[in-house]
Amino acid sequence: METFWFCVIALLWLGYLFLEGFDFGVGMLLPVLGRSDDERRVLINTIGPVWDGNEVWLLVAVGATFAAFPAWYAALLSSVYLPLVLFLLALIGRGVAFEYRGKVDSARWRRVWDAVIVAGSWTAALGVGLLLSATVFGMPLDAAGDRVGSPFASIRWETLLGAVAVAGYAFVHGAVFLSLKTEGEVRERARALALRVAPFALLPLLVLLLTVQLRFGSTWTWGASIVVALAAFGAYGRLVLRREGQAFALMGVTVAAAVAALFGALYPDVLPSTLDPAWSLTVAGAASSPYTLTVMTWVAAFGTPAVLVYQGWTYWVFRKRVGTRHIPRVHVP
Amino acid sequence: MDVLDLARWQFGITTVYHFLMVPLTIGLSLLVAGMQTAWVRTGDRKYLAMTKFWGKLLLINFAMGVVTGIVQEFQFGMTWSAYSRFVGDVFGAPLAMEGLVAFFVESTFLGLWIFGWDRLPKKAHLACVWAFSLATMASAYFILAANSWMQHPVGVELVDGRARLTSIWEVLGNNTVLAAFPHTIFGAFAVAASFLVGIAAWHLWRHTDEGPVWRASVKVGTWVGVVAFTGLAISGDQQAKLMFEQQPMKMAAAEALCHTESPAAFSVFAIGDVTRPDCENVKSITVPALLSFLAHNDFTTEVKGIEELIPQYQEKYGANYPVDPRLGELSGMPIDYVPNLPVTYWGFRLMIGFGAIAVGAGLVIQWLVRGGRVPRGRWFKWLTLGSVATPFLGNSFGWIFTEMGRQPFVVVPNPGGVDGVWMFTARAVSSSTPGEVLTSLVALTLVYGVLACVEVFLIRRYVRAGIAGVLPDDKSGSDEDARSEADDVLSFAY
Repeated sequence: METFWFCVIALLWLGYLFLEGFDFGVGMLLPVLGRSDDERRVLINTIGPVWDGNEVWLLVAVGATFAAFPAWYAALLSSVYLPLVLFLLALIGRGVAFEYRGKVDSARWRRVWDAVIVAGSWTAALGVGLLLSATVFGMPLDAAGDRVGSPFASIRWETLLGAVAVAGYAFVHGAVFLSLKTEGEVRERARALALRVAPFALLPLLVLLLTVQLRFGSTWTWGASIVVALAAFGAYGRLVLRREGQAFALMGVTVAAAVAALFGALYPDVLPSTLDPAWSLTVAGAASSPYTLTVMTWVAAFGTPAVLVYQGWTYWVFRKRVGTRHIPRVHVP
Repeated sequence: MDVLDLARWQFGITTVYHFLMVPLTIGLSLLVAGMQTAWVRTGDRKYLAMTKFWGKLLLINFAMGVVTGIVQEFQFGMTWSAYSRFVGDVFGAPLAMEGLVAFFVESTFLGLWIFGWDRLPKKAHLACVWAFSLATMASAYFILAANSWMQHPVGVELVDGRARLTSIWEVLGNNTVLAAFPHTIFGAFAVAASFLVGIAAWHLWRHTDEGPVWRASVKVGTWVGVVAFTGLAISGDQQAKLMFEQQPMKMAAAEALCHTESPAAFSVFAIGDVTRPDCENVKSITVPALLSFLAHNDFTTEVKGIEELIPQYQEKYGANYPVDPRLGELSGMPIDYVPNLPVTYWGFRLMIGFGAIAVGAGLVIQWLVRGGRVPRGRWFKWLTLGSVATPFLGNSFGWIFTEMGRQPFVVVPNPGGVDGVWMFTARAVSSSTPGEVLTSLVALTLVYGVLACVEVFLIRRYVRAGIAGVLPDDKSGSDEDARSEADDVLSFAY
């Protein structure tokens, strides 16, 4: 049961990274690919109906961790305190910016909010990477699960690598998504950019996985890591052939295999202690009671399929490519 | 300040701020769903205008509610990690359910609603706003179930020093949440009602176009307000009765009732210093025997006062904090079981007072604008705008009273509650450094302050612009969807 919930949480993170990964990417690419105001509105409209739903995957991942592994939730969030504050501020700014940038028709107003979107998307993507890699590589925890040492203990080369890895992945993922969801010049630019930067931007992810495997890896997580590399190459190849849909799907395989490799390497720990392995939080030790897990399983069994159906429907409703010709006149007071 | 004070300030600020947006979202989303239903059924352009106008204000407000809600979910782990460990088995479940069952629905269907104008079939689009608004209520239920558990822990046992869930149905069916939920929802409708009445009457006063739209809004708002206030009074009375039973100290503090009385009088207004638990200087205007009635439904029952309750609490939960390094300077110190008296006493009164003013103002405004009249004086403008603010204040004071009134406990022990399942607030905080918490407190407060200005600026702008700000051209409602072309992917754009 605990292991099942460990897998559920890994799946929720996968959903989050896959979905919000591309809307972070779109945010990062806003000034790069959106040369005119209309083009920037095209970019934002590709994620407009869905980014909020994507973000809920994070809230559910964290909420499920609280419910299923309270000790993990408590130790992780209190240990990575300062980066989390920055991460939350980034999510706040970004969310407000999406909603507010079009509410006043002024170039300056939009410039400010666009800057918030760009900064927020970068910061949040880096933050997710730091949070995940701090989980996998562990924190200096004492026997009670509290962090020992400075507030900056979560900032180490491994976690910075993790931060860059997720941001790089989101950047490429966003570009592939835009080449799938837009038309005309923006689409061409997005595709060209993805092809140009992918080899560098995805490199940190591969280095991260290699580091994790060398330190904690088992045979099957090695397998998953190899799938990551293959899927990334495949996505690249598909994009070269202008098969954007397939490229995007392979980006999904990339992140799925990466999550499998990371969480697989972490198991049976949920948060290792770098001070003493005996103090590491484990799946068994950090879990809620079997009763709570049973309750949560029932909720998830009914809730998750419903979520997948109606979120899938949203993507279906807004399946068409967006172009500057679809952007209506600005009408605001 | 130490971590405890900083963490409490942070929680108070972020929660009260978050709860400025939440009730408006809950109340307004249901009213907007109703307006859109009226439009779909009648085709009357007036209802379309109402849907668009109030819907736009709803969106501006909802965005802030969402982003400030994220902080709430992380905060338990960040600053209250000891609490999270103690109650995770039971407290995390409703939070996760809120996300999985309610919040996904909210955010997904809101996206569909915003971008689905002219894109989805009319009825499907209408269903989206209903799904969204009903999910906001479901959200509220789960969050209140979690909060109510802290006020009245049920469905658990104590195992290895941690609360362990034994029945989720008891947690979700806690009598505390069954009373708190209607109270909160009626509070939300009171907010939305005043919002409608105040803003619409202000437009009438300015003699802008679209008179029928504003008159209909005033009318809807007034009636919703009256129903909401009635509901608030009934559910509040239920809550108070439970509170006498579950948290006698909180109610004694709310009344600044020092000595046990039988029959007990209800204090309407106190003159003097309520800060001292001996209450020597308090001259209170009272209604005889009313408090007994509120507590037990008869006019004679004894109601316990603070001085009699203190020894009972000391006997059960100790006179001194345990010696524990995690308690910091409170370790081994005497426990003050009396919550902050001025805050609880006045918080309770301000909650009721502002709630009553809100509905009163609504009725007065409705009467003043009856049959096509509009008062000319500038005072009317201030009445309309002032009435918008009052239920927000009532809500905030209500929460401040509820949360401050349970101190020094974060999980309150109830007479007849589950043995051992309670927790001192001082014991609940993380072992973070004061610098960390201070940084986040300052950063969040500053950002929240800036965002408050932005939101008020935007709402003001859209309110002033009226219907013209949300309906670009004066086409009649039924033509609206004839306009949509196959290629019109997104008629609404950020």
